[in-house]
Amino acid sequence: MPVLTPDAALSLGATWSQVRQSAHERATAASFPTTDEEIWRYSRIGELDLATFTVAETPTSITGLSDAVTVTQVSASAVAFDAAFADLFSETTSSDLFNSLNLAHMDVIVISVACGVVASEPIIVTHTLNGEGNIYFPRLVIDAAENSEVTVVERFISNDGVRSLVVPVLDARAAQSARVRYLAINELGDKAWQIGEHHSQGHRDSDTLLATVALGGDYARVSTAARLLGQGSNTRQVALYFAGGTQMHDFRTLQEHAAPRTTSDLLFKGAVQDTAKSVYTGLIKIHKNAKGSVAYQTNRNLTLSHGAWAESVPNLEIETNDVKCSHASTVGPIDEDQLFYLESRGVNPDVAQRLVVLGFFDEVLAQLPVGNLATSLRQQVANKLSIGVGA
Amino acid sequence: MSTLEIRDLHASVGNKKILHGVNLKISSGEVHAVMGPNGAGKSTLSAVVLGRKGYSISSGSVLLDGVEMLGLPTWQRAVAGLHLVLQYPTEVPGVMLNDVLSEALKGRGRDGDIARLDTLLKTEAGRIHFDEKFLDRPLNVDLSGGEKKRNETLQLSILKPLFVILDELDSGLDVDALRDCARRVMDATEQDGLGALVITHYSRVLAELRPSKIHILVKGRIVETGGPELADVLERDGYAAFTPEESVEDASTSDPMGLNLFP
Repeated sequence: MPVLTPDAALSLGATWSQVRQSAHERATAASFPTTDEEIWRYSRIGELDLATFTVAETPTSITGLSDAVTVTQVSASAVAFDAAFADLFSETTSSDLFNSLNLAHMDVIVISVACGVVASEPIIVTHTLNGEGNIYFPRLVIDAAENSEVTVVERFISNDGVRSLVVPVLDARAAQSARVRYLAINELGDKAWQIGEHHSQGHRDSDTLLATVALGGDYARVSTAARLLGQGSNTRQVALYFAGGTQMHDFRTLQEHAAPRTTSDLLFKGAVQDTAKSVYTGLIKIHKNAKGSVAYQTNRNLTLSHGAWAESVPNLEIETNDVKCSHASTVGPIDEDQLFYLESRGVNPDVAQRLVVLGFFDEVLAQLPVGNLATSLRQQVANKLSIGVGA
Repeated sequence: MSTLEIRDLHASVGNKKILHGVNLKISSGEVHAVMGPNGAGKSTLSAVVLGRKGYSISSGSVLLDGVEMLGLPTWQRAVAGLHLVLQYPTEVPGVMLNDVLSEALKGRGRDGDIARLDTLLKTEAGRIHFDEKFLDRPLNVDLSGGEKKRNETLQLSILKPLFVILDELDSGLDVDALRDCARRVMDATEQDGLGALVITHYSRVLAELRPSKIHILVKGRIVETGGPELADVLERDGYAAFTPEESVEDASTSDPMGLNLFP
């Protein structure tokens, strides 16, 4: 049986079902990941049994729409293929299991901004994932044309006690001089799993921001890959993650420089309490042609309880000398000197620890693309902190 | 009238004994200086009085109006009326000055001052020429040495403790900042009856902070207590004049030829 690429499918008068069929075949051929593979090391992938889940359509609501943007939703049951979207799927030939599964079953939302248009209102996409035993495959495509600007927030919400799995994909494209800001917020319940991917492509002189706030989920993983394809493009990745109870947050990041004079900056800050775990592994990859590039990567982790565990693994892969790179990573408890300082003012230790942890996260909150969301997220972090509850 | 009394205080870090029985008593409105060379135990003394972790106390007392402070957690000592101005104030990213002071005042039940904290901060900042723009910075982050000490002095003036330990106030301080901070402390001693224990290596700071008593701390003991004139003796003769005899002998036997084999 010939492999149907989306392009080939199009030339045959393709339908969505053919794009999905091809992805489905790749998913079937893909082997199930194990923790022996570096990118799944430390993960809980071994606990996952896909056969126990039922594919369901993603319940999604969207607010913040305006004339500045075009939003198209294509559910998994749609058949007619819109030729305008052909190029959006031309590169999705990944053999990765979860990416292929997503493509095979995706509920697609495409947010397009035309040349030179600035969408001033943030668009808020909310997925409410409360079906017991369901698996959801939302795919969000942000297609920002030349010199346009758009901000999109994607929220993942479910109730505690609901056992579900969401496998989301973000595909953000910034054409020349476009500005794309994206924020994913994980507010999933305590039994939910997430295995997600964020991809961005920045063309010449573009500016992209991939932000993540992870508070929920039982096991929540996000791989975020920012690719700089055009010279002078810039990207930032920031994340705040805070796991408690038996939660695990798992981040894999890539900053890929494939063009000259590109810049990337990454700041991931996490905390673990109780017996929670977190993993960060990040790679800065600079191609031979990416001369004059600058890349920074910082990962800081607070371990707030003796039973909590955090791992941080930064990596560099640099093929040219003409670059400026730095990476820093720390894992440890709250700084004793900072606590002593606050306590010596007469602040009780519980309150002092809360202040220090919230202060630690403020650096990330200050960089989120939607300022008024930061206030409520800060409150959620404060509510979740078990230090000094009742103090 | 309050008193802070340190009685026969013995303390060590790890296996190293630093304080060998320190005795000292200070009352409201007084300024005392504790002077000593490097390694005398000056910073240990301030840390132990406030209850910093990492020090073990084998015997002795720290009494505030007769109430034992040793054994109380740091924050309760602060609420009781002890305050420390740090030699190198700690940077606390993301934590704002007014949040900390609000919490600190809450612990003292001073709700009225919390309500007018913004006004208090501006007034006090003006008194010591602390630029108001620094009031909205996270604690000590991106502040120069002088600004950090002004920030410390500002907190002191708002929290109004009974006693303050000023640990090397002049470290990293230019002349103007030193004068601003020292004058504010002296005002507090005169107006609010603040008792100030000035811990310092150099006598320079004593031109502004005028102590009525000077204690010389050498090798973990107060070897001499006297009036302000002691500072002049130190200025003239250095700490050598106060070095205990046995350690002089130690030095002479270990290096009889003065070859400085064991610096």
